[in-house]
Amino acid sequence: MSTPPTSVTQQRRLPFGRWFAEIGWRHVVGILAVLFAIFPILFVVSASLNPLGTVSSTGIIPKSFSLVHYRELISGARGPFLTWYLNTIIVCVVVAVVQVFLSTLAAYAFSRFRFAGRRIGLLSLLLIMMFPSVLAMIAVYTMISGLGQIFPGLGLNSLPGYIVVLLGGSLGQVWLIKGFFDTVPRELDEAAIIDGASHWQVFSRILLPTLTPILATTVLLALVGVLSEFLLGSIFLTANDKKTLAVGLYGLLSGDRSNNLGVFAAGSVMIMIPVIVLYQFLQRYIVGGSTAGAVKG
Amino acid sequence: MSSAQAPAHRERTTTIPAVIARVVLLGAVLAVVAFTVPIAVAQKQWMWLVVMLLAAVAIFVVYSTKRFIPGKYLLPGTLFLAVFLITPIVLTIGYSFTNFGDGTRGTKEQAIEQIVANSVQQTDDSTWYNMSVAVEPGGDPAAGPFTLLLVDPASGEVLAGDAETSLEPVPASDVTVTSGFVTAAKDYEVLDARQVNTAYKALQELAVPVDDTSAVRVQGANQAFVGTTALSYDEASDTITNAATGETYTVGKVGDSEYFVGADGKRAFSQSWLQGVGGENYLRLFTNGAIAKQFGAAFVWTLVFALGSVLLTFVVGFALALVLNDERMKGRRLYRSVLLLPYAVPGFISLLVWSSFYNKDFGLINETLGLSLNWMGDPTLAKAAVLLTNLWMGFPYMFIVSTGALQAIPNDVMEAARMDGANRLQTTVKVVTPLLLVAVSPLLVASFAFNFNNFNAIQLLTEGGPFLPGEYTRGGTDILISMIYRIAFGGSGADFGFASAVSVALFALTGILAAIQFRFTNVLEDVN
Repeated sequence: MSTPPTSVTQQRRLPFGRWFAEIGWRHVVGILAVLFAIFPILFVVSASLNPLGTVSSTGIIPKSFSLVHYRELISGARGPFLTWYLNTIIVCVVVAVVQVFLSTLAAYAFSRFRFAGRRIGLLSLLLIMMFPSVLAMIAVYTMISGLGQIFPGLGLNSLPGYIVVLLGGSLGQVWLIKGFFDTVPRELDEAAIIDGASHWQVFSRILLPTLTPILATTVLLALVGVLSEFLLGSIFLTANDKKTLAVGLYGLLSGDRSNNLGVFAAGSVMIMIPVIVLYQFLQRYIVGGSTAGAVKG
Repeated sequence: MSSAQAPAHRERTTTIPAVIARVVLLGAVLAVVAFTVPIAVAQKQWMWLVVMLLAAVAIFVVYSTKRFIPGKYLLPGTLFLAVFLITPIVLTIGYSFTNFGDGTRGTKEQAIEQIVANSVQQTDDSTWYNMSVAVEPGGDPAAGPFTLLLVDPASGEVLAGDAETSLEPVPASDVTVTSGFVTAAKDYEVLDARQVNTAYKALQELAVPVDDTSAVRVQGANQAFVGTTALSYDEASDTITNAATGETYTVGKVGDSEYFVGADGKRAFSQSWLQGVGGENYLRLFTNGAIAKQFGAAFVWTLVFALGSVLLTFVVGFALALVLNDERMKGRRLYRSVLLLPYAVPGFISLLVWSSFYNKDFGLINETLGLSLNWMGDPTLAKAAVLLTNLWMGFPYMFIVSTGALQAIPNDVMEAARMDGANRLQTTVKVVTPLLLVAVSPLLVASFAFNFNNFNAIQLLTEGGPFLPGEYTRGGTDILISMIYRIAFGGSGADFGFASAVSVALFALTGILAAIQFRFTNVLEDVN
């Protein structure tokens, strides 16, 4: 993170024209992209602060300021919002961490071992992930209601049941992570094996630390993916105290689309904040090329 | 599976923690199996019994010895994949050969019971009850399934029953009775008068069986009576007879499914039951002109939509990653945080918010730009709106992935290129881009596949619209999967059997496309 002092002074001495040609234009592109990215979000924030809470009375810039929608949500007047929040945190963290961990294990096997069925396995993985899950819902629903009769805690309308169904996508990140494993030179683990390391030690002591930045990125992607999961949740979680934020808030909005916009937007803002904070936290791990460092060290 | 690892592995001595971990794992598996097998047998959950035994065997084979090293890493994820992705696919294929759907969910016995119960007629000596209507907690108060909570005004006894369960007494401790009516009940949500009114039509068709010849029917908003059935079922001849008219109904085939039919061969009752229909569902898919005709148009737009989404999001995301990954730039972290924002918004929120932007009269886009474009009324504009929304939702993903991959490229490579005299642009085009494409090309394929079946992007934004006059099965922005959804679930109720057949066909289509893509992107050759 610390920049050598010489380069700082060099940067300051650049004339504006050269600065613009080298760096300044990047800021122009960046600002344009930021404007495009941010305007719908400003609209959501503005809608959440607009006491009228209708589509037609909301613009990008808030015209009035009121926390009435937030107060209404937190007080539980529109449903157990805080319970939905807790449910969402549990589901997202468990599913994202387990999914990335299991994908990483599998990616290690696919990247570093040669075994019969490896090629077929990789390709069928790509194919299975393409099945239109919208229409397999009927089968999943039947299965989970059966599972609930064996383990009551894993049935319909239970968070663990919902979580295990989402874990069906446990190998969804294998291709991505295998791609990153492949960029780490094999010489690194071969050297460790000669030094007497086991396959598990190669994995946990050498490859995992090397890939921390990209695994952090992957956990974040998985987490946001789970956060957005709506279809399965709306089928499985029908009891009010078992819902996730996505399911609960959609229920609020679908009652009256244009007039419940304010409450919906307030809930959306409260979903977005933790993800942004999380990204800030993970970004530290992402900065810097640690792969290069591991090879050198 | 056999490992071709270096011989070093086989010579290694086993460590004590490894042995303990192995014993604990295998012991836990044994315990879970021993605990659940009796329950699974008692509940007749044969599928889950087989699944659990197979899983336990797999775990023992892979983890009890030192062999199958790749298997040790692959098995955990594979188990979840097999149970919750592959099994549903297999079940879906099974459903595609049945008539599974609304009205055919139950067994033949349940259908007969319902037909008989529905023929109830009021008699002079009918018993009348004070009626309350309830649903299970979280149940739909407009569509049911409904449970009737009845109070006998003479004795004060409380009874409960629904379309499938016969009328049974309820312990007085489980219900609250106020002025002769049940107002609250354990495990039920009692509907208020307004909700009963909304559900009135469905309640009129409800019949709660009492015994073989009588059933309870709803009369008005708070009364129900016990009447006798006009129909009776004869098991020996497998027929239903109307005692009043003497008419006899036999089992006959109408369309794909068996029904009870009259002498003229037409179905006498709407109820049917779950049964195999062979290839009928597939036949309907490929020979029904109206359905087949829509397929062509939907297929072309699906390709345009999926390819367009991938290209737009990747080009924008990758370009931004390249531009903003310069270490001399100040505020890179800020840019990244802000550009991630669209990704932090759950998809359904984005789609619903964007759909409000396209409103012709007071939508944000028309208002800000001073236009009066009918975004959702014109097929071309609606398609553009879908792509623009998908670009907004998808480019941060490509941006993050590209940034991550850029940072995973060893600095040595760039240093080497620079030492060889390559300038910044040459390094980017000839060194960085190919390396990055290797890392992300499977992702592009996956992204295409995802968008190919991106149901939410269509359903939550346009609901498939705009629909041309007289067209109901496919709107201007319907991709294959949302069109299928409309054919199968829209209109005349759920038809899971047909929907399953179509999704199997769509799966095959996706597979063929994937094969073409593999060839095109050389993924097959790269798997090494």
